[in-house]
Amino acid sequence: MPAVVRIKDYRSESRLFYMRVIQAIIFVIILLVILVGRFVYLQIINHDVYAALSKENRVKLVAIPPTRGLIFDRNGILLAESQPSYSLEIISERVINMDKTLEDIANLIDVSDIDIARFFKLKKRRSSFQGIPLRLKMTNAEVAKIAVNQHHMLGVDIVVRLIRHYPQKQHAAHVLGYVGHISEQELDQLDKSDYRGTSHIGKSGIERHYEATLHGRVGMQQVEINARGRVLRKLESVTAQPGNNLYLTIDSKLQHVAEQALGEESGAVVAIAPQTGEVLVFASKPGYDPNLFVDGIDYKTYKAYNESGSRPLYNRALHGRYPPGSTIKPFVALAGLETGIVEHDHSVSCPGYYSLPGDNYRYRCWKERGHGTVNMHKSIVESCDVFYYQLARALKINHLHDYMVLFGFGEKTGVDLLDTRNEPSGLFPSRGWKRQTLGETWYPGETLITGIGQGFILSTPLQLASATATLANHGVRIRPRLVRQIEDMRTGEKIRTPIQRFNVVPKIEEEHWEQVIQAMRDVVHSPTGTARRLNRDIPYSIAGKTGTAQVIGIGQDETYDETKIAKKYRDHALFVAFAPVENPQIAVAVIVENGGSGSSSAAPVAGEVIKAWLVPKIESGELVLGPEISSASPP
Amino acid sequence: MKELLNKLHLDGMLLLGIIALCSLSLVILYSAGGQQTDILIKQSIRLLSGLVVMLAIAQLPPQLFRIWTPWIYMIGLALLVGVIFYGEQAKGAQRWLDIFGLFRFQPSEIMKLALPLMLARFFSEYELPPAWPRLLLAAVLIGLPFVLIILQPDLGTSLLIAASGFFVIFLAGIRWKVLISLLLTGISCLPMAWYFLLHEYQKLRVITLLDPESDPLNAGWHTIQAKIAIGSGGTYGKGWLNGTQSQLEFLPERHTDFIFAVIGEEFGFVGLVILLAVYLFITGRGLYIAVHGQDSFEKMLVGSLCLTFFTYVFVNIGMVSGILPVVGLPLPLISYGGTSIITLLAGFGMIMSVQTHKKLFQHEGF
Repeated sequence: MPAVVRIKDYRSESRLFYMRVIQAIIFVIILLVILVGRFVYLQIINHDVYAALSKENRVKLVAIPPTRGLIFDRNGILLAESQPSYSLEIISERVINMDKTLEDIANLIDVSDIDIARFFKLKKRRSSFQGIPLRLKMTNAEVAKIAVNQHHMLGVDIVVRLIRHYPQKQHAAHVLGYVGHISEQELDQLDKSDYRGTSHIGKSGIERHYEATLHGRVGMQQVEINARGRVLRKLESVTAQPGNNLYLTIDSKLQHVAEQALGEESGAVVAIAPQTGEVLVFASKPGYDPNLFVDGIDYKTYKAYNESGSRPLYNRALHGRYPPGSTIKPFVALAGLETGIVEHDHSVSCPGYYSLPGDNYRYRCWKERGHGTVNMHKSIVESCDVFYYQLARALKINHLHDYMVLFGFGEKTGVDLLDTRNEPSGLFPSRGWKRQTLGETWYPGETLITGIGQGFILSTPLQLASATATLANHGVRIRPRLVRQIEDMRTGEKIRTPIQRFNVVPKIEEEHWEQVIQAMRDVVHSPTGTARRLNRDIPYSIAGKTGTAQVIGIGQDETYDETKIAKKYRDHALFVAFAPVENPQIAVAVIVENGGSGSSSAAPVAGEVIKAWLVPKIESGELVLGPEISSASPP
Repeated sequence: MKELLNKLHLDGMLLLGIIALCSLSLVILYSAGGQQTDILIKQSIRLLSGLVVMLAIAQLPPQLFRIWTPWIYMIGLALLVGVIFYGEQAKGAQRWLDIFGLFRFQPSEIMKLALPLMLARFFSEYELPPAWPRLLLAAVLIGLPFVLIILQPDLGTSLLIAASGFFVIFLAGIRWKVLISLLLTGISCLPMAWYFLLHEYQKLRVITLLDPESDPLNAGWHTIQAKIAIGSGGTYGKGWLNGTQSQLEFLPERHTDFIFAVIGEEFGFVGLVILLAVYLFITGRGLYIAVHGQDSFEKMLVGSLCLTFFTYVFVNIGMVSGILPVVGLPLPLISYGGTSIITLLAGFGMIMSVQTHKKLFQHEGF
């Protein structure tokens, strides 16, 4: 507001406005006169020309839908294709006797009640000159039977269209996703002209995230038709531009190994090539058959999928959030070394439990009798909990949080499988987080259990694999990605997707990386390591860490006895690893739901995946192993 | 009747024009949409909900709009920024915003009302015509949403929103000399926008927009078929449901952006002139209400809304009849679908509110 209030001259303002409105009306009228003049020109002066054009107008524009891009694995194994599918359509205005025609068809091929019901439903909605599908997905024999008899069934047509087919069925289903009919809501948001003639759209997974790349561009064909709408001649056209092919980073063979190794268990395996961020395996079990979704899944199957306790539609590798358990210990150890809270040879004593000063509550170590004297190396090799209770307490939760976030705990990985906004970020708790979401203060005990990967902390298998790859890279965090190459169908050029670095975990001394990685190596290669069973018959070295995530709490005086607990309350088994230690080629995270301990059920899965990836490379000479590092197990 | 309308805060004449257009919309849609009833039902639901919004807004006194204006404008801007970061991809552009998964809308629709409100309020605070510093600030108020919507990218909407702002400046009474120099400045900024703001594919869109023949099977095709439809309609038209261009599906987008061509084909020159008369009637009545507004805020707001409404009409008809380039814009209150129906009727709700919330000592026609 101005300091000096000036009195407004309302009368002159009113007059000014009145003049402006008059001027505006003059403009409006001029524009209307232009329009009317145009109508006179089109409708009266040139009426004869346009009337003749309209009478002779036999040229129609028909959309040519583009063929959808194919999806291959990294070696060119086909994962998703478009296959011709034959359907029987009826143009009702050409049919003389509908009941008889339907009866004739039913005598030749199978027509279910569902087909008939859908046909009559669609018939009400579509014009009489449009084809209405009666039977979908006809077999070749059925097509032949109809074709032979078609001459005496007027209005019956066999129509070919391309439908999406996933030849490997359940294999890598959660990565690929599936296509389905375009919904009304999706139609609202699409460029309708680009989807003219297209009935399907990516609904989940790569199919959805790369929809724009896979779809291609619609083509246009001018066709000459006769008065009944039958096409006589094809005229000028703009060809459809097929969608681009995708080559995934996934190795189909390796993915098979992982899926087989998980067997009937529910769980997930993610393997990443540390230097490039390429995701080699992205498996979630149980799986589902994406082909069922392409033409709309029937209610019964969908219900069965949804109500199954093991939730096959759920992508555990991406959406599953699990406490990481002891797999977090190498990262916590690094934070301890870096902050100078522990020295490499600093020891604590583990009597089998730890209590906060002035509190009788016993935070237990998994080994009831205790580990005796434990230094950093032994704490990782034998997974001593007490060491990490003390370390976490000394680090304090906020410090711990700041270090773990650098490895991507509680952060989105940015994987190219869904909109980053929708990616679960997992959770690494902090004081601020607890105050904001639960409205409570942080208790010291919660810091302790966070140190062993329990409590509020949650991470996804993808995050764990990415964190392990970051560790293998000595702190270089690379965005994991699932598409390796995009084949541009116009130029035939295969374009590599770029490697994107997130950040480098700052200023961690080389010595500390070596110490932690050496300890992880001895988890597998020393006789006391928790995953020592993995080291049999392998020509390379593995660095790993087992983990066990509690599903139910165990009371102070109870003991956990796996055999007495129902399967669904058993612990989740986890294992993270990378190999070879000197020159990491693969980083793996495995989760087996209710699998018990990490060493018994998760580690073998990782072992098989690593073996299947490295052995052929060693045999072909592609991978040359460095000098064997001798096991330096502590006394 | 008059009393009832007054009680409901509705303006009889405007309502008459709007109802006429809505009815015509359903009649034409039945023909253009291939005689499908579900299109009619959906359109009726949209029109009815639009009328309910209009009725609701008409109940609010204009003073309330005035008070809320800065907030509406700022929320509108915030949503536009939100769209850039969180918007849903649609038609290769981010225009939609999803609110907690409950409903989606285009924040640019809010701006269609928020910008005229903001400028009307801004100019009405001080004496008119506004001085240079005010004009510069006004340029910022227009420029912010303009740039944000261009970034989506939605060139058509951003130009129309800028136009609604320009109308307020025009009605505020700045001198012609200033007005013309402002326009020239705006035009001279276009090359800068071309080089710094537009993406490659946007430039391509502008090129096709200026030269439809470069895309003969898309935009060019639309124009050719629309001209044949209108021209073959002649003086009296081919009659309802008898337009061959539309019934035999030669005319693309016949129930949405190109519905005007269907009217031209089936109802001829006479039908088109009557339709234009209805639009003129509504615009004229609106401007009458603007002149008789109680203060400069009401006057400028109503005046700008009316002129914007007419601009939509002119741009759509001009595009369909082939004197303007093809831009995706519906024919107000007639075309099928689009969130624009709700926004348009909300605007008419404001106009009716201005007309029916006069203080007692003032009489209409004063």
